[in-house]
Amino acid sequence: MLMPVPDAGVIARRELIVARLRAVIGAGTVIDDPVEARAYECDALSAYRCPPLAVALPTTTEEVAAILRVCHEERVPVVPRGAGTSLAGGSMPTADAVVLGLARMNAVLEVDYGDRLIRVQAGRTNLSVSTFVDEAGFFYAPDPSSQLACAIGGNIGMNSGGAHCLKYGVTTNNLLGVTMVLMDGSIVELGGPMGEGAGLDLLGVVCGAEGQLGVVTEAALRILPKPAGARPVLIGFDASETAGACVAAIIRAGVLPVAIEFMDRPCIVATENFARPGYPDCEALLIIEVEGTPPEIDEQIALIRAIAEEFSPVEFRESKSEDESRRIWLGRKSAFGAMGQMGDYMCLDGTIPVSALPKVLRGIAEMSETAGLPVANVFHAGDGNMHPLIIFDANRPGDLERVEALGADILRLCVEVGGCLTGEHGVGVEKRDLMTAQFTDADMEAQMRVKDVFDPHWLLNAAKVFPLHVSEPRREARRNAA
Amino acid sequence: MRPETEAELAGMIRAARGPLSVIGGGTRLLPGEGQGTRLSTAALTGITLYEPAALTVVARAGTPLAEIEALLASERQRLAFEPPPAEGSTIGGVIAANASGPRRVKDGAARDSLLGVRFVDGSGEIVSNGGRVMKNVTGYDLVKLMAGSRGTLGALTEVSLKTQPIPPESLTLALPDLDAASAVPALTAALTGPWDVTGAAWLPGHGALIRIEGLEGSVRLRADTLSTRLSAFGPVQPREDDPWLLLRENIPGWHTPGKQFGGLFSASQGQSLSGAAPRSGGAIWRITCRPSQAATILTMNPDASPIALDWGASLILLSLPANTRPSLPAGTRALCLQGTHRGPLPPPDPVTRRLEEGLRERFDPRGIFAAPELTVA
Ligand SMILES: Cc1cc2nc3c(=O)[nH]c(=O)nc-3n(C[C@H](O)[C@H](O)[C@H](O)COP(=O)(O)OP(=O)(O)OC[C@H]3O[C@@H](n4cnc5c(N)ncnc54)[C@H](O)[C@@H]3O)c2cc1C
Repeated sequence: MLMPVPDAGVIARRELIVARLRAVIGAGTVIDDPVEARAYECDALSAYRCPPLAVALPTTTEEVAAILRVCHEERVPVVPRGAGTSLAGGSMPTADAVVLGLARMNAVLEVDYGDRLIRVQAGRTNLSVSTFVDEAGFFYAPDPSSQLACAIGGNIGMNSGGAHCLKYGVTTNNLLGVTMVLMDGSIVELGGPMGEGAGLDLLGVVCGAEGQLGVVTEAALRILPKPAGARPVLIGFDASETAGACVAAIIRAGVLPVAIEFMDRPCIVATENFARPGYPDCEALLIIEVEGTPPEIDEQIALIRAIAEEFSPVEFRESKSEDESRRIWLGRKSAFGAMGQMGDYMCLDGTIPVSALPKVLRGIAEMSETAGLPVANVFHAGDGNMHPLIIFDANRPGDLERVEALGADILRLCVEVGGCLTGEHGVGVEKRDLMTAQFTDADMEAQMRVKDVFDPHWLLNAAKVFPLHVSEPRREARRNAA
Repeated sequence: MRPETEAELAGMIRAARGPLSVIGGGTRLLPGEGQGTRLSTAALTGITLYEPAALTVVARAGTPLAEIEALLASERQRLAFEPPPAEGSTIGGVIAANASGPRRVKDGAARDSLLGVRFVDGSGEIVSNGGRVMKNVTGYDLVKLMAGSRGTLGALTEVSLKTQPIPPESLTLALPDLDAASAVPALTAALTGPWDVTGAAWLPGHGALIRIEGLEGSVRLRADTLSTRLSAFGPVQPREDDPWLLLRENIPGWHTPGKQFGGLFSASQGQSLSGAAPRSGGAIWRITCRPSQAATILTMNPDASPIALDWGASLILLSLPANTRPSLPAGTRALCLQGTHRGPLPPPDPVTRRLEEGLRERFDPRGIFAAPELTVA
């Protein structure tokens, strides 16, 4: 992955910069030992790595502000980092960058059940927010599969989703406010009651800006009362396209399940070998989860059954117990692990209109055949967010390039049918150069203007999101000014 | 000016020299807005795509809201955010105002249903952002930035929206005896239990109103347990009619002053709203707060009368004597819908102001789009 040439001037001043950071960080830590800093050289897209200049681990908003002021004065690039689980290279550093890690800022600042909100520091993990309010009967809805590890700040950076976002929305729909530090060290509060600021929706544009506009240190999140219960059904089909058509029919009928997950045969076989969930032998299956009290659940499942029957399912398995529910989810939850057993894989994240599912599944199958690379599909079908997994062998020369080419073709198909490159993982470095498939120069220019306002010197996570050649003049302007 | 195509609109903006006010139906202007030459998007009409199975509708900005709602209704779908209707309102205006009705408490505001936008910025450049799919994190979310930007960053030309299937059943429970302050705990109780409430409001003369929607059996079951829970706050009755229409038509959005409150207080409604009608010549303020602050706000403003609470008491509409401002606890926000005050209370802090001004300068470097003069604090 091509990254800009690191700023030699910054690297030459490394000792001075580290000393200045140490002088202001207070209770936090600055790591400059190259061995220790290694832990921050990549995120979950581990094919791309680069050790940073240094790592700063602050403990308060004021410390974050002090660090950013130093980096701003010294014109040092900064890469904000939550838990480093990005699948797009979003938190991967460059050699001239300070990684600003929020992991030590994980406190709960306030919880108010009557007002249905919790305020946390941005380094707190996603799952531990739900755990904190669980006993009181509440939960935080966005639930990325990485929720045990990923941080709220990273979720805001990527506007992350999860299996339940079909009903509850993604991060941006559950975010009420943030405290954020700009690159120049100024602290600002965005959002407000109902997530509304006084004027422009700055909170809305910060969420999903991949750490390029500011460093979020605190967040106010909407929490919701837990539903009375939830239960999944599993429906098997003899063709992927039929499963896709069934999804569209269910959505259309107005049942609103919390989740509709899809798996195709390669994925079913892999999870069966890996976790033995006892899935039926079929071409594709759907896992649909509905919520409510037992009679409410029965009512919804009856409706889903009636719709599914029209698509001649090979199996309709309704969970009757906690244990059966667990087994239905077991395969889906272990899908990524199971695919990992089969070899290396690249996970795509394109989103398409639900109505285009049959067409796109067919297209992917053809492209996979032509490229001679197996593709397994496991994804959030209810909102059209696909996760084709391309299986390959990273040690075989040339394979990675072939995979990248196939991945790009699949994403172009997603855009062609009216979809987009990424539904929840973000652009990062991974899909940076495909942005031109979806956006005109004017479209990207409008986005970059927002960064010009928040971070005029393009110091925050600057070599991401936009194709390098498109953002280069802005980074160059900074270097020339220095 | 009334362009009929996006290209024509872009040309007009490029050629403009003085201040322009971008207008849709002109039904949701705030005091002080609409100055300069009016650039109407009302002739940019037409629904360009409607895919009920993908829950998406795409329409040009000038398309009447009523036309979109009628088309969706023919497929038993709707806009989840329940935009307050207004005669002549366009979808572009709804989005530019982020106008959202009672269901916001559950399904979010207009900005949460908005999937994509096309707009022309102050330089006459056409920009597109977002798209027409449910999940999209490709590049920055200018979709949110444009929602509620009230024509200050660009003229919307096309919007794409998520639609929602209309559930088979809807039921409203009322607690008619409750005044505004005593309605707050009842609304909070309804919103903090497992009832999936889709409306939680209070109206003078109607009391607290709580709506649940869904499949028939489910609504019946939830109505039972919810009634039991709510009976702790006062007598509970199911409503036969649809009080939400009254609320939507009159209250929570951004309507032309003078027009918006007419319906609610006119005799033809046959409702007794004694003591709550705004004083003639008085001011009307829209306050957003945490529900737990609502009662405090009511006590802090003894001269004011509440016109409505919505969104579980996160929204308060207050009628105040002319030229007065509401007293506000920390963390709340207020905007004058009718009266002389311009701009939000409290005024934005210096950093927010710098960011907002910076964005306006970037999207409209020549300062073509008119912004109302703010009242100096
Ligand atoms: C096994 C696995 C499963 C996954 N499943 C899902 C899923 O279901 N849904 C989904 O959406 N994603 C998923 N992801 C992707 C990833 O977990 C999410 O993107 C997550 O939100 C990243 O959080 P993080 O704390 O690890 O952020 P990081 O990787 O540290 O950072 C992510 C981005 O946010 C920025 N950032 C981090 N913290 C801040 C801050 N405080 N202020 C400003 N910017 C910041 C970073 O600069 C970077 O651009 C998965 C990843 C893995 C490895």
